[in-house]
Amino acid sequence: MSKSFVSVEGLARKYPQKEGELVVFEDVNIGIEKGEFVCIIGHSGCGKSTILNVLAGLDTPSAGAVIMDGKEVSGPSLDRGVVFQNYSLLPWLTALHNVSFGVKARFPQWNKQQVNDHSRKFLEMVGLGHSLDKKPSQLSGGMRQRVSIARAFATSPKLLLLDEPFGALDALTRGVIQDELIKIWGETQQTVFMITHDVDEAILLADRILLMTNGPHARVAESVTINLPRPRQRASVVKDPGYYKIRNYLVNFLVERSGDLAGSAGDESGSFKTVEVDPTQLADTGEANNPMVEMPDLVASH
Amino acid sequence: MQSLNLRAALTSLVFLVVLLGLWEAFNQPPEASGELSEFELLMGGADQEARVPPPSQVLGHAWDELSNPFYDAGPNDKGIGIQLAYSLYRVLTGYFFAALIAIPLGFVIGMSPLMYKALNPFIQVLRPISPLAWMPLALFIIKDSEQSAIFVIFICSIWPMLINTAFGVANVRKDWIKVARTHELGALKTAFLVILPAAAPTILTGMRISIGIAWLVIVAAEMLVGGTGIGYYVWNEWNNLDLNSVIFSILMIGVVGMLLDLALGAVAKLVQYEE
Repeated sequence: MSKSFVSVEGLARKYPQKEGELVVFEDVNIGIEKGEFVCIIGHSGCGKSTILNVLAGLDTPSAGAVIMDGKEVSGPSLDRGVVFQNYSLLPWLTALHNVSFGVKARFPQWNKQQVNDHSRKFLEMVGLGHSLDKKPSQLSGGMRQRVSIARAFATSPKLLLLDEPFGALDALTRGVIQDELIKIWGETQQTVFMITHDVDEAILLADRILLMTNGPHARVAESVTINLPRPRQRASVVKDPGYYKIRNYLVNFLVERSGDLAGSAGDESGSFKTVEVDPTQLADTGEANNPMVEMPDLVASH
Repeated sequence: MQSLNLRAALTSLVFLVVLLGLWEAFNQPPEASGELSEFELLMGGADQEARVPPPSQVLGHAWDELSNPFYDAGPNDKGIGIQLAYSLYRVLTGYFFAALIAIPLGFVIGMSPLMYKALNPFIQVLRPISPLAWMPLALFIIKDSEQSAIFVIFICSIWPMLINTAFGVANVRKDWIKVARTHELGALKTAFLVILPAAAPTILTGMRISIGIAWLVIVAAEMLVGGTGIGYYVWNEWNNLDLNSVIFSILMIGVVGMLLDLALGAVAKLVQYEE
């Protein structure tokens, strides 16, 4: 575990209460390799966002630590870029200046021309080359999130953290930006850690999906390997024979097992192990393989 | 449909004409039944009714004054431009020093909950004090009427700027602070690149309230300290029983106050942003 590029070790968040304490999550161990795209899925209240904020250095855990590149994370850093769900653009700056704001902070030795060219390049990558001088209030939600993504990628952090970046967008816009995210990720080979509620989004983007049990006492129960071939596209990825195996496995976990496993203690030693799963290698169980199974809408349930 | 602005301007004009017309009609001196005594002439007529000069007279007087605003014929007779310039100088000096202290201090109060709680009692007690109440103390300590007037402006402009700056700084969206933190901005850069532009519209609102109050207070302060300034001018012309000049200077106080507000409104527009 400690050999991973990013290593989350024994992370816990507890709140003291009148009687005992409220354990949101505990014993969370995650390893992320360099260049890997990892998604984390779980129901609301399992502490996903807290884990991401701890990774970002914006929050401190009750126990455990995050080690990145051999160093413990202790506070925010330009090494870890964050894209928030609500875009977090500075409304008094234009799209270009919002990106160059990050670039300037990252490369203080660059001159104005270099900063501008670099920022422009990343805005063009997300298809906003024509809206450089617009203020966030003049951009749609999808365009704002693209600026935010461009800002994060332009600072080339060692780890990119995405906190439900598409949660506030409509399905069509979301699809387009997912494609752009795949493209820009393919070009930069960033290490990405992303929170999502959308199973299809996770399968499309991730190398690995971490599944969390419900809180309180939430844990990362399984790590599901997504070995669908890359580059993936929204239209074709669903035709892959493994796609529905994976999808059904994930949905089954979220609907049934995330609750069943909630609060369960680990094995005899008391420690909780994350199980590695590759659904495409599982024996067909018939029911789980049927693409016609009615899928509950996870997004709508929140 | 005509544009709203045009119709509003026309309506304003109608109100103005009606108002001036009524003012003119009800303030004509009565027909003299015989030769008026000097006292009666001074009182504007033969009867005891209070009667202000009609607008035709005031406007004529205004024209005379405005066509030569900067003449200086001794301490009792200076042009309206000179009097307004004195007042503006006092207001802007006091206001400038108030901003110099209120905005940085407001930043500290807004950013530090400890300072907020520690300084809040002082602010709450000092703020409701009428600025003119400070005048005797200021005169005693400073021993200079000019500087005492500036001090009174300083003390009355400081509160809205201080409170609005603190409020604006304390209420900067946490997301933007997070952006600053994840970009490793230091305290100074965060203050200037994120907090200041984020709080600027609120700060400017405070500055706008302050300049309005300062302009209200300067008239009263100059009535007390005397010598020069528009406030002194109003009071002096009252003592001269020159009601034409009194009404004219009242209008000028209004016009200058409006211009000050418009100027700060224009600055506020520059720092305004839409979320």
